[in-house]
Amino acid sequence: MAGQGTTTTAAPAETGRHAYLKNGEAGRPRIGPGLRTFLIFAVLVGLGALIFPSSYFYRVGTLVWINTLAVTGIVVLLGYVGLVSLGHAGFFAIGAYATAILPNYGIPSPLAMLSGVALAGLLALMVGRPILKLSGYYLAIATLGLGMLIWMVLSKEAWLTGGPDGMVVSGMNARNLFKLVGLKLKSAEAWYWVAGFAAAIGAAIAVNLAGSPTGRALRAIHDSDVAARSLGVDVARAKSRAFVISAIYAAVAGGLLALANGYITPDTGGFMHSVEMVTMAVLGGATSVFGALVGALILTALPQVLTVFADYEHMVLGGIMVLTMILMRRGLVPFIADLWNRRKS
Amino acid sequence: MSELLQFLVSGVTVGAIYAAIALGFTLIYNASGVVNFAQGEFVVIGGMTAAALIGAGVPVWIAAPLAVIAGMLVGVALYRLAIKPAREAPLVSLIIITIGASIFLRGAMQAVFDKQIHRYDGFSGDAPLRVGGATILPQSLWIVGGSIAVFAFLAWFLNRTRAGRGIKATASNRMAAALVGINTGRAMNLSFALSAAIGALAGVLATPVTFTSYDVGVLMALKGFSATMLGGVGSPLGALAGGLLIGLIEALTAGYISSDYKDASAFIVILLVLFFRPQGLFGARITERV
Repeated sequence: MAGQGTTTTAAPAETGRHAYLKNGEAGRPRIGPGLRTFLIFAVLVGLGALIFPSSYFYRVGTLVWINTLAVTGIVVLLGYVGLVSLGHAGFFAIGAYATAILPNYGIPSPLAMLSGVALAGLLALMVGRPILKLSGYYLAIATLGLGMLIWMVLSKEAWLTGGPDGMVVSGMNARNLFKLVGLKLKSAEAWYWVAGFAAAIGAAIAVNLAGSPTGRALRAIHDSDVAARSLGVDVARAKSRAFVISAIYAAVAGGLLALANGYITPDTGGFMHSVEMVTMAVLGGATSVFGALVGALILTALPQVLTVFADYEHMVLGGIMVLTMILMRRGLVPFIADLWNRRKS
Repeated sequence: MSELLQFLVSGVTVGAIYAAIALGFTLIYNASGVVNFAQGEFVVIGGMTAAALIGAGVPVWIAAPLAVIAGMLVGVALYRLAIKPAREAPLVSLIIITIGASIFLRGAMQAVFDKQIHRYDGFSGDAPLRVGGATILPQSLWIVGGSIAVFAFLAWFLNRTRAGRGIKATASNRMAAALVGINTGRAMNLSFALSAAIGALAGVLATPVTFTSYDVGVLMALKGFSATMLGGVGSPLGALAGGLLIGLIEALTAGYISSDYKDASAFIVILLVLFFRPQGLFGARITERV
């Protein structure tokens, strides 16, 4: 994966992959790919904290990590298996709204978030199983409908969700977590660390998943359904597993956003948010968690810097999707990694 | 009773719009195997262009054809600039490209026109006709007539003309079609142009009844998909029947259950069809090409 590009330091005659293996054998501390990813993410989270001058930056940073986490779920679905979901914001919103609503009924925030995540996973399982037996188009269409359905319920059932205006999220503050260990942080800083930690864990899990038997099965499907099936992979089951996993990622990210923002609107579950997530994955490179990070970073930071972006949001997002697919189908991170490797050899 | 009749009338009216969208969608799918997520944008292009021209004082009988031509040009541009360069791309890339194109067109519409909701007067006025206790807008007749005309035209064009049969041949086997001398590139261009023109025509006819704005394209596309799936992917007759059925289901949901959730009925139909009868009402059993 993309991370390997940075570890190729052996003799030029070696190909990248061999060089990596050889270095590992030659007594370098053996760090698994999951742990390595976690550490790289942790360093980046820390780096952000070092350079951020104000709470505003922490808030944008928090958003970057939350988006990275959600897009990591898209990476599992789109990058590993090759399936497009156009309704992932729906799962995101289920996580967010469960975290917002349930505390009003006396359920503590962590438990509320967990229920939202479980609900999103269950819904993905129920919807995914029958649809994933069919060709790839059907999931895109079905999730497009499902996402709109969820958005519609969130906007219309005002008694529960506050309707189109959204609702205030009352619940735990990450500050209190850090207070327990004697650290006094501002609320924005505390959420930044929590979101960064969550993204790092999520990335590590996704990387480990890629190397696991399930992950290998998923990537076999990406290349060819039929070939995977002839190797004994239960294709429908593996696809639905990936769909559920990616829904869970989105729901966790949604729950975090609700808590960190303290306020949510139905647009978190809207179609454009689903499109945004897919665009982030496509732009950064859907085959790697670092692609998720780069895509999330660019598309979260850009609107903060360029006001033009807000006015032409649709054209920019749509244009990025089309151009990336035509010019560098695998996205920025693999594209740059390829260039880098070619220059080295 | 007259209440039911009224719901049926409005169901058939919107259903005819969905049928036209589904027909355009079926044409591209049959010719290229591409599921065009930007299909709904053609409807908006048609409606918005006609609204802008009519607003500027252009008579409707000039504005309407111009709007259809505008949609057609965008359809060809979509094929040439976005689909063709990625021709050998895997399915998932084509899905992302057409979605990207749809979002891009939505943004372009907002930039070229505006964010307002638009309508113009019906072609034959807005005085309702009374038929058996129900009222029918004259524009409804235009819409239903338009959809039937599109269906008849497609049936004639695809089966009876050289260019149409070229599209069918390209669809069934691109290489074989090229080998017997069919210009497959032209067939693809033609199918995108026609499909976009059909979508734009639906928009031009529908706008006096349904109104239009830059962001309704996705919803329209989704209704078109529901119609296509209900009818059976790839079948023109299925597209027509599916469209009318979706329109009726929607109107009855709005009338008897909840107008808040009338749009939801189409999505629920998609899910139910996918769960229980993925080949749709008129479709052949789905077999995957290897």
